[in-house]
Amino acid sequence: MMLSPQTLKTPLIQFEGVAVDYGRGPDRVRALEPTSLAVSEGDFVALVGPSGCGKSTLLKLAAELLQPSAGFILFGGRELGAKPVRVGMAFQSSTLLPWMTIRDNVMLPLKIVPPFRQHYRAKRRGEYRDKVDALLAQVGLRDFADSYPWQLSGGMMQRANLCRALIHEPDLLLLDEPFGALDQFTREELWGTLQELWMATTTTVILVTHDLREAAYLANRICVMSPRPGRILEDRVVSFERPRTVEMTYEPDFVSTIQHLRSMIVHSPKESPK
Amino acid sequence: MMASIRRRAASISLIIGLFVFWEVAVMAFGISSLILPRPSEILSTLYARGPAIWPHAKQTLYTTLMGFSIGVMIGLSLGTLIGSSRLAYDTAYPLLVGISSIPKVAVVPIFVLWFGAGTVPAILTAMIICIFPIVVNVATGLATVEPELEDVMKSMKASKLDILWNVALPRAMPYFFASLKVSVTLAFVGSVVAETVASNRGVGNMMMIASASFNVPLVFAGLFVLATMGVSLYVIFSLIERRVVGWAMRKDGAV
Ligand SMILES: Nc1ncnc2c1ncn2[C@@H]1O[C@H](COP(=O)(O)OP(=O)(O)OP(=O)(O)O)[C@@H](O)[C@H]1O
Ligand SMILES: [Mg+2]
Repeated sequence: MMLSPQTLKTPLIQFEGVAVDYGRGPDRVRALEPTSLAVSEGDFVALVGPSGCGKSTLLKLAAELLQPSAGFILFGGRELGAKPVRVGMAFQSSTLLPWMTIRDNVMLPLKIVPPFRQHYRAKRRGEYRDKVDALLAQVGLRDFADSYPWQLSGGMMQRANLCRALIHEPDLLLLDEPFGALDQFTREELWGTLQELWMATTTTVILVTHDLREAAYLANRICVMSPRPGRILEDRVVSFERPRTVEMTYEPDFVSTIQHLRSMIVHSPKESPK
Repeated sequence: MMASIRRRAASISLIIGLFVFWEVAVMAFGISSLILPRPSEILSTLYARGPAIWPHAKQTLYTTLMGFSIGVMIGLSLGTLIGSSRLAYDTAYPLLVGISSIPKVAVVPIFVLWFGAGTVPAILTAMIICIFPIVVNVATGLATVEPELEDVMKSMKASKLDILWNVALPRAMPYFFASLKVSVTLAFVGSVVAETVASNRGVGNMMMIASASFNVPLVFAGLFVLATMGVSLYVIFSLIERRVVGWAMRKDGAV
């Protein structure tokens, strides 16, 4: 498959006219209208839009948990699935395993994902353990490595969850409303943590969120999706300086960006015709 | 801590109180020991006939544990098989529920027909009676892995075996242990029923013979022996459960 010649740099992941239908026959429902989206390497893209518009669906496509019903997805210029893509994923519920310590939870991807898994037995008490502890220290969980998930607060669990999604140095970090269940203050703290992590690693991130302030704080680009079945209505670059702070979210520029996004979502056309 | 001691004390005094009431009521109403012997009578029978009861108790414990162990192995593998595939789960579950609703004691005559009276039917009955709770529990535990967790694992390109081994099986362990406690008591039912019908050894058989000769205190002594063994095994498995899957009963651990 050829790329358009005007693309200067090959995007890391590229959705081309990708549509998704759930179900078969008469029960078939369209979850995602043909959508095109290109995310370049090291970018941070936020997907916002009304509930049910297909944001999670788009993430599942990127993680190869779902196959598109139409269109195609390229990764590094080649069809997605041609070679293994390292993906990190985190959801609103932390899904940490209750029988494992935080350290073992975070280490789980190293046991599963190649090439780490080949050396898991040899390195889990040495190199991997240090790697996990360093990452935990980075998010402020140094003293909780030996704790169990249920001994942590919701915010701490999400920190550990981010660590688990990042420990295997993924090419692509997919976050589906990771802070959705947290209170405002904890959430803002975690924005800072995620920004730091991302700036330190420059992993490519796609973040799904309902919180426009969160999107504008964290992302380089915000894609607004229309109501179900979704497609991308607007693709807006957010160029505030980094590292961003919570105070910046109250500045006029920032506020007007959010207001613009809000009006896009509120006034977006209902149910586009089939 | 205080509360748990108080609870334990309360339940022990309830048991003792029950026996005292039993003793007093039998004496007060002058009930014949042919109908309901007093606890003290039962205990003295137990003591006097101890050497004669012991081989029977050993036999029953042996058949029960044998049947239980085989049942656990079969139940665990069958449960894993059914629970780890959506298709197998949907296909086999109705059949499983159907089979498990058959009263298992009804198969004793069949086993006797096939294997003759003795140890084998008792083991098989104990086995078959404890398989189904284990299968159903393990399969349920495996099949109910949270979809998000499964997505996280699949996004790492984890194989089915990876998911089974690292997530699904450990997650199903609390279900498994809960079913073990139920199964081990059920296994006693199985072996004793089989012994009663078709064996010349075991507590069931001993009680059968004792009741035929109207030795009612001995019948009750057999009952005591069974209760003691059943409760002991239940307690042992509760302790193992607490050690192995304590994480699932986190309330007391969250300090
Ligand atoms: N497994 C499924 N089977 C059938 N329909 C589905 C399935 N998953 C999602 N859908 C439908 O697809 C549409 C898009 O779902 P998706 O989960 O991607 O929405 P979303 O944008 O993530 O919503 P939310 O913001 O509420 O999480 C929804 O309307 C939903 O009804
Ligand atoms: Mg969603």
